[in-house]
Amino acid sequence: MSGPLSWLVEPGFFSTSTVQSALLVGGVVSFTSGVVGLFTVVRRQSFAGEALGDVGATGGSGAFLISVNPLWGFVGAALLAAGVIEGIGTRRAQSRDLATGIVLGAALGIAALFLYFDTTHSSTTGASISVLFGSLFVIDTSSIPVIVGLSAAVLVVVLLLYRPLLLSTLSPDLAQARGVRVRLVGAGYLVAMAVAVSLAALTIGAVLSTALLIGPPATALRLAKRPGFAALAGGAIGVAATWLGILLAYDSFYWPPVQHGWPVSFLIVAVVFTFYLLASALTVGRRRKAMAHHEAPVLWVAGE
Amino acid sequence: MFSGLMLNTWIAASVVAVVCGTIGFFVVLRGSAFVAHTIPNGAFAGAAGASLIGANTILGLGVFSLLGALGIGWLGRRGRHDVVTGLALVLMLGLGSLFLSFSVEYAPEIYSLLFGEVLGISRSELWPIAGLGIVCLAAVALVFRPLLFSSVLPDVARARGVRDYRMELCFVLLVALTTTVTVPIVGTFLMFSLMVAPTGAARSFTSRPGMAVVISVAIALATVWLSIAVSYETNWPIGFFVGMSGAFSYGSGRLFAAWRQSHAFHRRSGLTAEAA
Repeated sequence: MSGPLSWLVEPGFFSTSTVQSALLVGGVVSFTSGVVGLFTVVRRQSFAGEALGDVGATGGSGAFLISVNPLWGFVGAALLAAGVIEGIGTRRAQSRDLATGIVLGAALGIAALFLYFDTTHSSTTGASISVLFGSLFVIDTSSIPVIVGLSAAVLVVVLLLYRPLLLSTLSPDLAQARGVRVRLVGAGYLVAMAVAVSLAALTIGAVLSTALLIGPPATALRLAKRPGFAALAGGAIGVAATWLGILLAYDSFYWPPVQHGWPVSFLIVAVVFTFYLLASALTVGRRRKAMAHHEAPVLWVAGE
Repeated sequence: MFSGLMLNTWIAASVVAVVCGTIGFFVVLRGSAFVAHTIPNGAFAGAAGASLIGANTILGLGVFSLLGALGIGWLGRRGRHDVVTGLALVLMLGLGSLFLSFSVEYAPEIYSLLFGEVLGISRSELWPIAGLGIVCLAAVALVFRPLLFSSVLPDVARARGVRDYRMELCFVLLVALTTTVTVPIVGTFLMFSLMVAPTGAARSFTSRPGMAVVISVAIALATVWLSIAVSYETNWPIGFFVGMSGAFSYGSGRLFAAWRQSHAFHRRSGLTAEAA
């Protein structure tokens, strides 16, 4: 690539196959996380989202140990954890938080054991570390169709659950009165979130999966007023952050202090966080103006 | 098992268990397990940064856990609390991966901070650990009543003039202080397990706050001692045993609570039958 953009986009960016698959998989996964994450943020389940990513990583290293495709380890462990959290968690926020913490603690203990087996039996110390931090540039191309398919399935589930889920999130009592099975809808959503998070944790690392699940939707909630629009905006912001991060990581091979590139996970997280801060600054300004004009507040994000 | 270096390990781990069991009471009461997960994990980035510039890793740990606590406290005033916590976590972990990528040499002791091993602790390291542990406990004792008040009945506490925001700040700073004491010894994962599981179990056995703290400390101590002993015998990582006994003690607490409930129910129904 040459011309006016070449100062921003280093030559060869779009023609490199690792970059192409990073853009594709990163885009799919971050869009899914952004859409799914809207409900994670509104339902205050960020901790469950983070825990499911870590649990998925544990399952991934377990699968690695018995040489099964890590994809199934990730998805299976996250689904199991979602089942346990839903099983012992009640509707009280504190008990849910505690149940999530217990599951996470147990999973981390098992992760320590797997790490020990990894290092003593096959001497691949880096495995668990790379599972934790992940890298978009080492995606196994053969699992791309499965990842895309599962992401599409998650989006379909969220679309089907959309209306009852929205109602039971904003007003559980009203939803119950209208005949929505609140507990079942919540469990269905948790399963969808578990799959989305574990796919993200597999492809881009457990750290980034949390960042993309929470950051873009929280940003979108600051900007958008209608829930459907906020979901799409969350997905779009996620994709934008991921692609910008990948671009920066590609460019960073010539940055100081070391000439081997900055980690893509850091760059994406930094972009996500910057978006969030900008949107927060924007809303504070807008809210002040609204207060001055006595505008009615936006009701559906009343939890804010 | 009890000689030389191992004796230091036992002492240090006991200090950690007492401190974590105490702070954990408030972690569970406030539903702040996410904060207890975030601050130690994020502080790992500080250790990585400190080793990059050649400073003391414990200093880096302390600075980052303090910054993380203040950031969560400050940003959490406006945004959603769990969202802010999550963003703080990923930002700090992202910084950690950046620092690690800058440092040319492989840093095993940084990774051991993450996964945690009660490794050889020298006699000279014991004193600062014990001192900081006492500071932690004294700080808890100082804010115990107002913090308990605002954790259980935030509205009433606010009406009585206890400031929510100030209490939240106290709480996150306590977690940060505990992180600095605990993480160098047992690592972030162990610290999290020790803060959440023992109190989670203790809650099922009593409803009195003072008693809950005592039981929680006792369970934490039992967990740590049992885990060290079994880990010493089997050579398996201690984190595995701590995680498992945490899940086990929580599970038995839940079972006990369920049993007591049904027992009380039967007794009550028996009484009414007699009265009739």
